[in-house]
Amino acid sequence: MNFLRTVWAIVGKDVAAELHTREMINAMLVFSVLVLLVFSFALDLRGAAARAAAPGVLWATVAFAGTLGLGRSLARERQTGCIDGLLLAPVERSAILLGKALGNLAFIAVVEGVLLPLLSALFGVPLLRPAMLLVTVLGTVGYAVVGTLLAAIAINTRAQEVMLPILLIPLAIPALIAAVRATGVLADGGALADVGGWIRLLVVYDLVIVAVSMLTFGFVVEE
Amino acid sequence: MIEISNLVKHFGPRIALSGVNLSVETGEFVTLVGPNGAGKTTLLRILATLTRPTSGTVRLAGLDPARSGDSVRRRIGFLSHRTLLYEDLTAEQNLRFYARMYDLDQASPRIQNLLEWVGLAGRRYDLVGKLSRGMQQRLAVARAVLHRPRVLLLDEPYTGLDPQAARALTDLLTEPSNMKGSEAAPSNMKGSEAAPPSTKGSIDEGRTILMTTHNLERGLQVGRRVVVLVHGHIVYDERRDAIDPAMFSETYRTLTA
Repeated sequence: MNFLRTVWAIVGKDVAAELHTREMINAMLVFSVLVLLVFSFALDLRGAAARAAAPGVLWATVAFAGTLGLGRSLARERQTGCIDGLLLAPVERSAILLGKALGNLAFIAVVEGVLLPLLSALFGVPLLRPAMLLVTVLGTVGYAVVGTLLAAIAINTRAQEVMLPILLIPLAIPALIAAVRATGVLADGGALADVGGWIRLLVVYDLVIVAVSMLTFGFVVEE
Repeated sequence: MIEISNLVKHFGPRIALSGVNLSVETGEFVTLVGPNGAGKTTLLRILATLTRPTSGTVRLAGLDPARSGDSVRRRIGFLSHRTLLYEDLTAEQNLRFYARMYDLDQASPRIQNLLEWVGLAGRRYDLVGKLSRGMQQRLAVARAVLHRPRVLLLDEPYTGLDPQAARALTDLLTEPSNMKGSEAAPSNMKGSEAAPPSTKGSIDEGRTILMTTHNLERGLQVGRRVVVLVHGHIVYDERRDAIDPAMFSETYRTLTA
């Protein structure tokens, strides 16, 4: 089967399942908005201090909300053995990974779509800019892909809910640091050219993570 | 159709299979019985390319699953006590998704036929999570044969079914139209009685079936050949015709003691 058709079939399936229940996206949205409100009230920052804190708050919230969604997404595959159903199909294992990762990326993107304007309003930082869109996408791609791979590992462990963040956050640190730094520069009014180094780091990270994840997914999911 | 030679599988220090040799002819319906932990599921998962063997060789339609995974997977239908269905999708959405995964042409009429065949045409828009266990398992049968596999691997497919749902599943598995890809509408499964033993055993026209069960009565009812697996070894292999059902329980007890 055509690689891309497999990928889109899996994305479509995940979106359709989520549209029926909205369990995952609602949990991610409520969690991320609550975290943002807690940070906003607890820190009560204005001006330069708010601009300094906003990037970290944004990406910490995305990371934890994303972990919630990633865990749920793979738990759904395990629920009635559906991961076996995917693996029994005559398709490339890497297409399964990419399909799941793109679905997860879409759900995290929805959360970011709510978070960015809310954060801009609560912290008074100008994050609704095209350059920020690029940083957001690049910061999320690698996170979603490696998160999907690690969630596939975690579902076979006894403490799956605990295991995923423990495995994921250390591996995502390079992307999170680059995304936080780039967001900080943009929040201070910097241009896209000012974050070129961080963008390059994110691109390299994403490429390496996607390649390694695609190569190893088959070994991870087979016994 | 299936050739297994000296198959060994270790999970760390635990030995699941230790030198299994088994040959299954095209069109045979073989039931593999054994106590819990005998290695039945491991054997089926290796055949289904879900688990890698530690050593030994497996050939399915002459193909090596390790080297020709996709070709083998196209020839396999897998049904277990877990349905492999998405509870958050409707019955039709599940079949449509799997049809895409198997790159099936003309999926819509095929899905329609299968839903009618398993008696779920009227529930096609219901979420699978809302269906009864028996209905889910019937839908799982439709999923398993959706791509017209030549080999059906059934791993404890009766687990969790009430007697009526179990009878319906037996009818599905022994329904001759199954072999033709279920283009023909079957008899009404819901009210049907148990299939006569062995006479329709191969659900034939070329499909080969290997079914695991720890239910001896069921194994004798549907299979044409019975194989007993104990501690990763095949200790008994006999044609159904040559087995006296009244004596088999005692034989099995002795073998598994």
